[in-house]
Amino acid sequence: MTSPIELEGAETPSLVDKESAPQSDAKESKKLEGRSPGQLMWGRFKRDRTGVVSAVVVLFFFTIAAAAPLISKVYGKDPYTLYGQDRPELLDMFTMPAGPAGGMNGEFWFGIEPVLGRDVFTQLLYGMRTSMFTALAATVLMTVVGVLIGLAGGYFGGKTDYWLGRITDFFMALPNQLFFVAAMPVITTVFVAPDEETPTYVRTCAIIIVLSFLGWMSMARLIRAATLSLRDREFIEAARISGASPWRIIRKELLPNIVTPVLVQATLTLPSTILSIAFLSFVGVGYVEPTPDWGRMFAIGADIVEQDPYYMLFPGVAMVVFVVAFNLLGDSVRDAFDPKTGR
Amino acid sequence: MLQFLIRRTFGAALILLLISAFTFFMFFAIPQDPALLACGKNCTPDALAIIHKNLGLDSPVPVQYWNFLVGIFAGRDFAVGHCAAPCFGVSFANNQNVWDTILDRFPLTLSLTVGSLLVFLVVGLGTGLLAAKYRGTWLDKTFSSASLVISSMQIYFLGPLVLLALVYSTGWLEKPKYVPFSEDLGGWFMGLLIPWVVMATIFTANYTRMSRSSMIEQLQEEHVKAARAKGMSANFVFFRYAWRGSLIPIVTILGIDLSSLLAGGMVTELTFGLAGLGRLALKSVTDKDLPMLMGVMLISAALIIVFNLIVDALYAVIDPRVRLS
Repeated sequence: MTSPIELEGAETPSLVDKESAPQSDAKESKKLEGRSPGQLMWGRFKRDRTGVVSAVVVLFFFTIAAAAPLISKVYGKDPYTLYGQDRPELLDMFTMPAGPAGGMNGEFWFGIEPVLGRDVFTQLLYGMRTSMFTALAATVLMTVVGVLIGLAGGYFGGKTDYWLGRITDFFMALPNQLFFVAAMPVITTVFVAPDEETPTYVRTCAIIIVLSFLGWMSMARLIRAATLSLRDREFIEAARISGASPWRIIRKELLPNIVTPVLVQATLTLPSTILSIAFLSFVGVGYVEPTPDWGRMFAIGADIVEQDPYYMLFPGVAMVVFVVAFNLLGDSVRDAFDPKTGR
Repeated sequence: MLQFLIRRTFGAALILLLISAFTFFMFFAIPQDPALLACGKNCTPDALAIIHKNLGLDSPVPVQYWNFLVGIFAGRDFAVGHCAAPCFGVSFANNQNVWDTILDRFPLTLSLTVGSLLVFLVVGLGTGLLAAKYRGTWLDKTFSSASLVISSMQIYFLGPLVLLALVYSTGWLEKPKYVPFSEDLGGWFMGLLIPWVVMATIFTANYTRMSRSSMIEQLQEEHVKAARAKGMSANFVFFRYAWRGSLIPIVTILGIDLSSLLAGGMVTELTFGLAGLGRLALKSVTDKDLPMLMGVMLISAALIIVFNLIVDALYAVIDPRVRLS
């Protein structure tokens, strides 16, 4: 174990993060100070090499997803143009990409999509962008719902807790992935008249609503348990006696103490949400043509794997790398927050 | 025990009732007339009215729901004929009896899910035990990292790759298909081998990991050390004392995984072109075929509940404390 001051001083400049501000303060004062749980966690996390590497990988994925329009501008192609239709030499007589390895070359880095002849590289970039940002929004929404319901149940107890608990149980008993599939067309038709084309933003909203409607339960249970263990602690009672309103107690006393489990649970939820979105698109009720989407690329790829196996290579490898990195990151975050759970 | 079973059955019935109500009323939130589908292209208002009457769509939604529930236990009469006791109605899309269609598809889904369940339990627990036994060696590390990578390959990526490697390019195995096992046991096994293994991969790693960590924990328990100290053989202690204790958390996650198992089955069916319940559910969703969708939902939910009861019974087998209480 290094001394706290050494640790903070040595690593701070190389990493840009919110935490670095209080750390550099601590360095300047050159005194032994207590560190906040956040600083302790950050210190532990930085020493976990697997965690840092997987965090970098995950960040890389999010960066290229966010920068997809920029990258495609520099690269000079977009995921919608049917290059194969405009330039017949790109596809052969079976509408498969001409040339070796799925048409990969200096111009089309990851090859060309069979039949329609779109560019695979930009399709993948935009596809990841769609999946990741939908998943991010859904995860935020289900975290908020889960935290609110968990806090309400845990803090108020009694009848509120009982009924919220029963509702949570009911939603957990639903075969949820089947319900995703069944609920998707319902939600879209509520917004759009049946004879009209469904706009993409409505689909996005529908996916977010469906996923978070059936995805908040484990967060709620976790937060309820955490709140129950905090509710009767002295500092909460002190706040109550001093006349704080329930809202203030929840906001100022409870919330800061449950940030840890919320963050850990959210890092575990995000990759599984991305996979759920991919699942929906793969079975054909999520995103549809022409929206580029990660899951839909597998649906296209699975159809033509016999003729053009290269189409699925990059989406598949990217997904494996991403999921592995995210799972490792989740483990590291949990270890950093709670060093007691050894692996 | 009897009391426990009665309570669980009531709970299961209540859940099924709630699921059916939820699906039914959710479906009628769609502002599109389901009879349009049965009516076809050249639809006149008169024809539409007749179809409404034939399908029982002319009564208010709660009454329709009640008729649906009564039909399950007592059977119903439709214009196309009588529908016998477990009656889930007739399909809006093709006038087929829903129950018969489900019975037709069910064996495939059951073979698929139970088969892959067995594969991932055997492989997952087996590698977990080996990794725990040889903890810290190269074997442990290989299993842990391999399971992490393999489990991150989704069915829809791994499936086509396996097809490509074993079917299309080498011809070692045939393309997966379903043969009823009462007809041809070997054909049934060979036809579903690839789907079982591919579907099992996404679950295996979780069980390897759980089984490893829970086994390591158990091996450090006092009663396990005591058993070893009084001279019992290492293998006996490993299996009879430690392994049994390590199964409890695994049974818990098995109960949680059951509904993902059905979804996994859906993806597997799509990937390998098999026609089971999952594909039926998808088709009924796109067709807006309510009776079919309701049937598949309720049967799947019932399947999950039955599996859950089995899992609960497993607790009693594994953990004597559960039996006593």
